[in-house]
Parts: sequence; C-alpha cells; structure tokens
Amino acid sequence: MSVKVIIPTPLRVYAGKQESTQVSAKTVGEALGQLTTQFGELRKHLFTEDGKLRSFVNVYVNDEDIRYLAKESTPTKDGDTISIVPSIAGGSPKVQSPVSQPQTGAASKATTLSNEEILRYSRHLIMPEVGMEGQLKLKNAKVLLIGTGGLGAPLGLYLAAAGVGRLGLVDFDVVDFTNLQRQVTFGSDDVGKPKTAAAQARLSNLNPDIQIETFETKLTSENALDLFKDFDIIVDGTDNFPTRYLVNDACILLGKPNVYGSIFRFEGQVTVFGMPDGPCYRCLYPEPPPPGLVPSCAEGGVLGVLPGIVGSIQAMETIKLILGAGDSLAGRLLLFDALAMKFRELKLRKNHGCPMCGDHPTITKPIDYYEFCGVRGEEAPALNVQVPEITPRDLKSRLDRGDDLFVLDVREPHEFQICNLNGHLIPLGELPRRVHELDSSREIVAHCRSGKRSAEAVDFLRKAGFRKILNLKGGILAWSDEVDPSVPKY
Amino acid sequence: MSNAAQLKISSELADKIRSHGAETYPHECCGALLGRDTEVAHRNVFREIHALYPLVNRRDDSPRNRFSLTSQDVLDAEKAARECGLEVVGWYHSHPDHPARPSQYDRDHAWPWYSYIIVSVANKVPEEMTSWRLTDDRSDFECEEICLQQAA
Repeated sequence: MSVKVIIPTPLRVYAGKQESTQVSAKTVGEALGQLTTQFGELRKHLFTEDGKLRSFVNVYVNDEDIRYLAKESTPTKDGDTISIVPSIAGGSPKVQSPVSQPQTGAASKATTLSNEEILRYSRHLIMPEVGMEGQLKLKNAKVLLIGTGGLGAPLGLYLAAAGVGRLGLVDFDVVDFTNLQRQVTFGSDDVGKPKTAAAQARLSNLNPDIQIETFETKLTSENALDLFKDFDIIVDGTDNFPTRYLVNDACILLGKPNVYGSIFRFEGQVTVFGMPDGPCYRCLYPEPPPPGLVPSCAEGGVLGVLPGIVGSIQAMETIKLILGAGDSLAGRLLLFDALAMKFRELKLRKNHGCPMCGDHPTITKPIDYYEFCGVRGEEAPALNVQVPEITPRDLKSRLDRGDDLFVLDVREPHEFQICNLNGHLIPLGELPRRVHELDSSREIVAHCRSGKRSAEAVDFLRKAGFRKILNLKGGILAWSDEVDPSVPKY
Repeated sequence: MSNAAQLKISSELADKIRSHGAETYPHECCGALLGRDTEVAHRNVFREIHALYPLVNRRDDSPRNRFSLTSQDVLDAEKAARECGLEVVGWYHSHPDHPARPSQYDRDHAWPWYSYIIVSVANKVPEEMTSWRLTDDRSDFECEEICLQQAA
C-alpha cells in the first residue's frame, strides 16, 4: 500500500526538509515505523523512550484522528494520506508564589544583597532559575517550622543555608540522647537544652545573615493563628495527629501553604496543602485514626536517615514555593519507601464537601484537637484503664526480700535484647494464646518500656481472671532512673 | 540544524502579544506566530514574524496556568499562514504572575524548530517577553534573542 505521510513544519529539518514522503505500509504504526527508519532523527520527537507515541503528537489518516479509530493499528489503503499534526500546549509553573504577591507594609523588603551574601549564595545566583531575583525572594521570605526534631533538622539547616531571611522555630521539647540518632541539628553537648535554643545556635552559626525567631511553646488552638500570621509558609514537621490537624486548620483559615511531611519506620509522605484550589489535610484524612492505631516514632521506631530525606524534600518544596519555580507537590502525595527504595505518587483531590476548605466550610476557628483525635494530653501514657501498680523501688525491695514474684516482660524480643529485668518474655500481642504459661496463683509484675503496654497486659489478664497482678509503673525507663542506672534507656 | 539565534518582530506585533496577555489575564493567552525563515549564506538563519494568529485557550479546567489548542486550531493557523505565503514558525503564550521562563510543562510539550514566545503578565500588566527553542535532543530550551523592529 503506498501511503503519503505529511511531515509538519517543525520536523521537516529532520526529514531532509521534505513536506511529505511516500511509504508502503498496511497500518499507521508500520508507516510511522518506516518513516523513522528513513529519518532516524525523527524518532525521539515522535516517540517516547519506551516506544510510545508522544502525547502531543496527533496522527490523522485522511481527516480522521487515529485515537478514534484503531490507534496505531489503524489500517491504511493505497492513496491514503497520513498527517502528523502538532498538538500545542504549555503553561506556567503550577504554583503561585506566595511571596511574589505585592505585600502590604513592604517597607522593610530587601532589594539588594551585600558582597558577602553574593559570595555565600553564588551557586544560587549563577542559576537563571534562582538568580538575584530568586535570592532576594528567599531573603524576603518568612517560613515557620513546626517542630525542630527529625524533619525540622534538615529543614532548618537547608532553609537557613539557602538564605531564607526569617525562620521561626516552634518547639517545647528538650534535646535528649535518643534524638541524636536523627535530629542532626543537635550535638551531644546540646542534650538537656531546649530544642529551639539549641537549633537557633546551630542555624545562626551556619548563616549569621538571617533572622531566627524561637517560640519555646506548645502549639495550641489558642496561639496558632497568632504565631502563623506573620509568616508566608508553614512547614509541618510534627509527629502527632492533633498538631497536624491544628496546623492544617490554621493554615486554611489564614490562607497559607502548609508543606507537610510525615515519617514512620521506613516510610515517608510529603505533599503541599493549603494552596489555592488545592486539597487540605482534611481532604486526605477527614477523620483521625483511632487513638493508638498509628504508633509514634517513639513507639514504632524510625530509621535515622528517613527524616533526613523527607525533611529535605519539604525544604525543596518550600524553596520552590518561595521562588515560584517548578511544579509543587500540591495535589500529589509523594510516598517514599526506604526499604524498597521507591517513590510513588498518589493524586490528591480537593474535597468540595471538606468542612475546612470545601465550598461550605463549617469550621471557622481552631477546635479542641485532642478531643477530636480522641487523646487527652500529649503522650497519653496512662490508658483509660486503671490497673494496680507497683513502683520500681517497691519492686526492688520486694525482690531483695525474696518475695515470690513472677516478672512478666511484654515487650518484643528485639527490645529484650537491648536490656531486660530477667523477666519471662511474652510480647503483648502473643499474650492471649500464651496465657497458659502463667500461673495465676503466683503474684505477677508485668512491665514494658514505659508502662503503657504492660498496663494493657494487666487489664487483659485481670479480665482473664488473674487477681494477683501488678503493673510496673513507668516501666524499664523508670527502673533505670530510680533503681539501676546501669540498665540502658532506649 | 538551523537554529536561529535571532527572532525579528515589529514592536507593533510585540505589543499585540502583550495586550493579548493583559486581556486574558488571569488566564493564559495563546496564538500562532506566522512568519518566514531566511537563510544567509546557507547557514545563518534568521526568523521574522510577519503576523499573529490569536487563538482561544481550550483549557477550561486550569486556564490560569495551562493552555492547549486543538488540532483544528493548528490546522487553521497553518491554513491562515499558507494563504499569506507564510509558515507557522512558532507559538506565543502568557505566564500570568510568573516569569517569562519555560516551565517543565512547556518543555515536555514542546516541538523542535518552533519559536515559543512567552510574555509574563503581572497583575494585568505585561512585563518581560522572551523567546525559546527546544534543543535537538529535547533536553532543554535555548533562549533566542528577540530583535524588535520599528515599523517601517
């Protein structure tokens, strides 16, 4: 079959400047195959690397679009004309730069960089995508970090290093040794210091030209709006649900972008909420998970590098928002699996019925997020169940006296390897089917790391008919503090 | 390969592109550039725009940051060009509230050889105007110089 292929103007330079060529083919696919064999240079403009026709290449047989026929298997007959018609599309980057908007009270806006700053930021300045204009945007940007822990560490370091002019740090916690495995802003000398003060010292040493404000306080429904209002972008580096909902709601109420990240064990999630027309955290998770279902890092553990990766992606998204460059993660949830070393992406859509950002919002001010998430108090170590307890000191003296006590350890085997009190190991999850290993006539003291899981175990065993059973108050952590400091805390 | 380093356009046509961008703000405007390539000594090509063919942005889902045209638009533009002895040598569009730099989306959807003029429109006021051409290996856009010609 002799078929004429019309080559569009932009591709003629790759086809010997011809307007058309004659091929012999039974299908459109064959015809295009011959065309690209004849003119090899055409291939990469028509086909993707895996051999698919590019999305912006339209192919017509006579005047019919092959998409509505049999695509590339569309048959051709003698005298047919195949036309390649360019599809033309384009657009600006999806994000609207929140700081490029004209601002009120912009009197203090920096318009120049000092010679020292020019030297410091030279690797930014020589990129046209940043340049002087972008660096000044960074200098005039105001970013608030919620949490200075695992995610806050790379965030603080990279945003300070990049020259974000004003960084706010919100955290109420104190540095402890278990933080150092991932919270790389802090050194061993910082243990015992407030995290905000330790981070401020480190970041101002990294970049003395920027302004760092610290808020050593818990973020609450009462102070959130006031804290957020002076900043352009809020970055959520927290580890608990009540605060995530609070950060989300306050951002939506104030119309500020929320660069969200979360981590658990080997997996991380990143996205940008609160962009105009974009979804919010409540569109993704309308309801919090039942309390206790999703463990925190303290309970579930986290590989130290993971917050480094996730926090760095949050820092990159923050900088892109400031520059107004590229496509932001708004509307996309990026999932990272460190063990498989794979990134995946889920589309997020705005829920028009969302009580926060939907068409008819019903939430107009911050609410009580602990109640909403069904938790009272931050850590909520003591469950609602009240169980009989014994303090570490009392347990020690009774053991020393030679009392007949059976010590039951309900932690996991890998925790037992870290340290133990010579107890009998039955992980909490195996207790129901291994209950026969216990003698209900003996007095039993159950313990775990902090006293939380063992309280559940005691509650369970009491319901199973055990009467002489006590929970070790504060677990191994308290034992180490009050009885035997040689037992490591973890 | 004939990469034109220069794009000649009269200041009158350049102003028309700008006002088209201001008119459609906050949405993107788009249209075809009709013109001709002229070879000098078989090598140096310069490209001159002689007319514009304004089109309607077909993206009604996100016209603020995307534009697209139908095949019929493209064929119409080519027909209009042929009728006055010209060719479609490129396309223009606006970036509302964004710099006149190609986005990744622009790059992903670009064709070689065409000139892509981008005009930045900030808050209804047209600002910078730039022109870009895709490199042969599709890896990048190269900026091409716009030479404004005073109307004769």
